[in-house]
Amino acid sequence: MDAITRRKFIQIGAAGAGVAAVGSGLTTRWWGLDGDPVEDPGTEGDRVVPTFCELCFWNCGQLAHVKDGRVTKITGNPDHPLSRGMLCPRGAGATGLLYDPDRLKRPLVRASKRGEDVFQEVSWDAALNKVGEGLLRVKARHGAEAVALFTHGFGGSWFKWFMKVWGSPNIGAPSYAQCRGPREAAYTLTYGAPLGSPEPIDIENARVITLIGSHLGENMHNTQVQELADAVGKGAQLVVVDPRFSVAAGKARYWLPVKPGTDVALLLAWMNVIVEEKRYDAEYLAKYATGLDELKAHVAGKTPEWAWPLTGVRPELIRESARFIAAARPASLVHPGRHTTWTGDDTQRARAMAILAALLGSWGRRGGYLSTGAVSLAGYPVQAPAGAVRPAADKPKQGGYPVADEVLASGLCDATRPGFAMYDMKAWIVYGTNLMQSLPAPQETVKAVQGLDFLVAIDVLPAEICGWADVVLPEATYLERDDDLAAPRWKTPFVAIRQAAVEPLYDSRPGWWIAKEMGKAVGLGAHFPWKDAAEFVETRARASGLDVAELRRKGALAGKRIATCEEEGAPPPISTESGKIQLHSAELAKLGFDPIPSFYPPEEGPPGSFRLLMGRAPTHTFGRTANNRLLAEPYPENEVWINADAARALPTPVRNGDRVMLVNQDGVKSGPVRAKVTERIRGDCVYLVHGWGHTARGLRYARGRGASTSALTTRYKVDPIMGGTGMNVNFVRLEPAERSA
Amino acid sequence: MKKRYAMAVDTRRCVGCSACVIACKTENRLPHGGFRDWIVQETSGRFPGLSMEIRSERCNHCSDAPCVSACPTGASHLAEGGVVLVNRAKCTGCKACIASCAYGARYVHPDGYVDKCTFCLHRVQQGKRPACVETCPTRSLTFGDLADPGSAVVQLIHSRRNKVLKPETGNRPNVFFLA
Repeated sequence: MDAITRRKFIQIGAAGAGVAAVGSGLTTRWWGLDGDPVEDPGTEGDRVVPTFCELCFWNCGQLAHVKDGRVTKITGNPDHPLSRGMLCPRGAGATGLLYDPDRLKRPLVRASKRGEDVFQEVSWDAALNKVGEGLLRVKARHGAEAVALFTHGFGGSWFKWFMKVWGSPNIGAPSYAQCRGPREAAYTLTYGAPLGSPEPIDIENARVITLIGSHLGENMHNTQVQELADAVGKGAQLVVVDPRFSVAAGKARYWLPVKPGTDVALLLAWMNVIVEEKRYDAEYLAKYATGLDELKAHVAGKTPEWAWPLTGVRPELIRESARFIAAARPASLVHPGRHTTWTGDDTQRARAMAILAALLGSWGRRGGYLSTGAVSLAGYPVQAPAGAVRPAADKPKQGGYPVADEVLASGLCDATRPGFAMYDMKAWIVYGTNLMQSLPAPQETVKAVQGLDFLVAIDVLPAEICGWADVVLPEATYLERDDDLAAPRWKTPFVAIRQAAVEPLYDSRPGWWIAKEMGKAVGLGAHFPWKDAAEFVETRARASGLDVAELRRKGALAGKRIATCEEEGAPPPISTESGKIQLHSAELAKLGFDPIPSFYPPEEGPPGSFRLLMGRAPTHTFGRTANNRLLAEPYPENEVWINADAARALPTPVRNGDRVMLVNQDGVKSGPVRAKVTERIRGDCVYLVHGWGHTARGLRYARGRGASTSALTTRYKVDPIMGGTGMNVNFVRLEPAERSA
Repeated sequence: MKKRYAMAVDTRRCVGCSACVIACKTENRLPHGGFRDWIVQETSGRFPGLSMEIRSERCNHCSDAPCVSACPTGASHLAEGGVVLVNRAKCTGCKACIASCAYGARYVHPDGYVDKCTFCLHRVQQGKRPACVETCPTRSLTFGDLADPGSAVVQLIHSRRNKVLKPETGNRPNVFFLA
C-alpha cells in the first residue's frame, strides 16, 4: 500500500463526515473491498447474427447483437476480410437507422399534387396495384424501356432483376456518373479495366502513399483506413495534394495546397521531374507500356516553374515531392481516389494519375495496384424472358460520352426531357438513392420528375425524392432483411451473407419481397420463383459448393488466397487491346480527345466569391445518415470551412461559429450554416461536407440542419469522355444569417 | 501483482473518425447527449505551415484522482486495476467531481447520477477489450496492465515518445498519448 498522501488523508476525512448517509462507505473505500458494483450495461446479445453493413457501399462484415428482440449494438465481424473485426462509426451506429422514429412505416400513395408531399397510408395490396397499373400503362404507351431504375446499395440487385424481366436496360446508379465514373473510364483506357469497389490497392505495403484530392480518413472506407493506419504505423510516408489541410494532410510528409481545378498541371509537373531526371521505371515501362516517347515529348517544358503560377504550389515543393514519390517506387501508391467528378475534365485528371502510377512501375506490384479475384458463384436457375430490348437511352440523341461503361444516372434524368435521347423516360423506379441530393442541379431533377407519368420510390427513410413520388414503398432496413450473397473482387476472394437480425418493424418489407410482388403486379411473377431470399441464397450457395451452415454461422467464408502482385508471381493485370499500358491513348486520339492529358485552366468565379468544394465526414454517408440521431451526436450538422484571413477580409467579417448563408452564382441561397474559420483551407475556396440541408418534412431531425451542397450545385460541367458531372464548378458568397428573433 | 489498467492512444494512427465514440455509446447504452469518450483535433501554425494532433480522449483514470477525493458520498471510487468508477446508488448528482475533473470527462446522466468512462470494466473482467478499443479501425487504442511489463501498453509507452494530458495537475493520468 502506498504511503498515505495528503489527498487521501483529506478523502478519509470527507468520507467520515458523510458516514451517516452512506453507511459503510468509510472503510470500504479505504480498502477497496466494498460492494461497489461494476455496472454491466447488458448489451451483449443473447443471439449474435453475422451480416454485412449497408450504412455505406463498403459492406463491412458485422455482428448484430440481439437481446429481447432488439438489436443492442453492432460490432465488427473478425471473419470478414473488409472489416476484420473493426467498424467505422457509421457501421457501429446502424441501430440509429434501425430505430429511427422517422422511418417509412407503411406504403404511401400520393394524395395531392406531385411534389406537395401529401400522402395517404394504404395497404401493400393497394400500393402494389397502383405500381402495377402505373408501370403497365407506361409500357403499353411507350414500351418497357421507358421505365428507368435509379439504384444505390446492395439491395438493388432484386430491382435490377425486376428490370431485366421487365425488359428495360435503363438502370443507372449515381455512383457512376456522379462519383467514380471518370476514374473507371481513365483506368480502363490506361490498363484495360475499371478499378471497381473495393479498389485493388495495396495501401498496407506502400512506402509512400500519394493522395490527390482523396481525403481518406474522412471518407471512412474501412479497410483502406485500417491499411492506412497500418502503413503509417510501419513508417510509410504520405504526400497529400488538397486545397484543404485534411486529416491525411495532417499526417503527411508533404502537403501541397493546390489551387482547386489544377491537379492536371501539378501531375504534369511531377511527371516532368520524373521523366527529365529519369526517375521512372524504364525496365518496367519497356516491358509493359507503350507511348513513353510521346509522354516524354508531352511533359517537356511542363516544369515545376511552369506549374507554379497555375497551381499555387512552390516549384521546390513540387520537385522535392516528385523525387520523394519516385524514390519509393514501385511501392509508391498513387491512390486512385473515388469521388472524382469535379471540374468536367475528370477522366483526363484520373488518366494523369494512372499514367503516373505506371511511371512508378506500381501497377501489379506490391505496395501499388494488385490483382484481385472473386469467388465464382452459381446463379439461381431462372431466366429472363427473351426478346429484343432497345439500347439504353442515357445519352443525347446525337451520341456522346463514348467511353462510359455504365449507364449514366444523370443521362436517364436528361432522357426524361422529351426528345433529348433516342426515346423518352416516362416512369422511374427509385431505389435507395435520394436523387434530389445525389444528382446535381436539383432544379433540373424536379423538372424531369414533373414530366413523368409515374414515379415509385422504395426507401427506408422519407428522403426528399419520396416526397415527389406517386407511390412510396417502405423497405425494411438491412438489419431486418436477407439479401443476395456478396462476392466482390478482393486480395483474398470471399463470400459474405446478409441475414436479418430482427423482424421488420412497422409494415416495412424486405426488398426481395417488394421486387417479387412488383413482378406479380405486372404479370411477371413466374420469373421470381424463389420462396424468399434465404432460399435464393441457399440455392446459389449449394450450387457453388459452399457450406451454407458455416456461411450462416460465420457470416463470411474466405476463398483461396491468390497471387496478387509480380512479387508473388502474378503478372501485372493489363487487359487493353494491345496488352500494354497506354501512356498515350490511341483510343482517345481516335475519338478526338487528348491522347495524353493536357492542362486547361478552370473557369474562375465572380469577384468576391469562393469555389464551393465538398467532401465527407467520417460519421456520415451522403445525406443518408443525417437523420441518424446516434451519428448526429458527434457530428450534428455540417459547417462551412473558410480561410481565416479570407473570413476577416469579407465586407462583413465572419468569426468562427457565426451563422452565415451561402449564395451561389445563380442566386440560390443555402439555409444558415455555421462558419468554421480556419487556417486549414486555401483562401479561394470554401468547403462543405455533402449531405446536409435536408428539406423533407419527414426527416424531422435532419431537416434544416446545415447547408446543402446539392442545392448550391445549380451548375455542373459534363465530362465529354464519359458523361460524368463535374460539380466543383459553383461559386458562393457568404452573407451573414439574419438574426433570429 | 496488482493490476494497473491504462490506455495508450496513438495520435499518428488516429484519424478522428469517432468510431470509438459510437461504439461506447451503444455498448454502454449512453443517453442522448452523454459521452464517455470524444475526439479532439488540435491544429497549430498558420496556413500553409500547419500541424495537427488528433486524440481520442476519455477519463484518464488518474492514480491521484481528484474526483474521488471530491466526492462527498464515496460514489466515485477506485475499483479494480485503478479504474475510477461511480457507484450510481451512492451518487447524489452533486457535481463536485465534475468541478474537480481537469478533463471534462464526466456528465450528469438524465437519471440523476454522474457517469463516465469505466474502461469497460464489465468487459475487461470477462477477458474482453473495451468497446472503443475493439472497434477502432485504425487500431490507435491499446488497453492493458501497466504492472505487466510484457503488456502491449507498456511496450508502447516505453518505445514511443508519449505524454499525458495536463501533467501539471499532479493527477498522474493513466491514458498516454503516443506522438
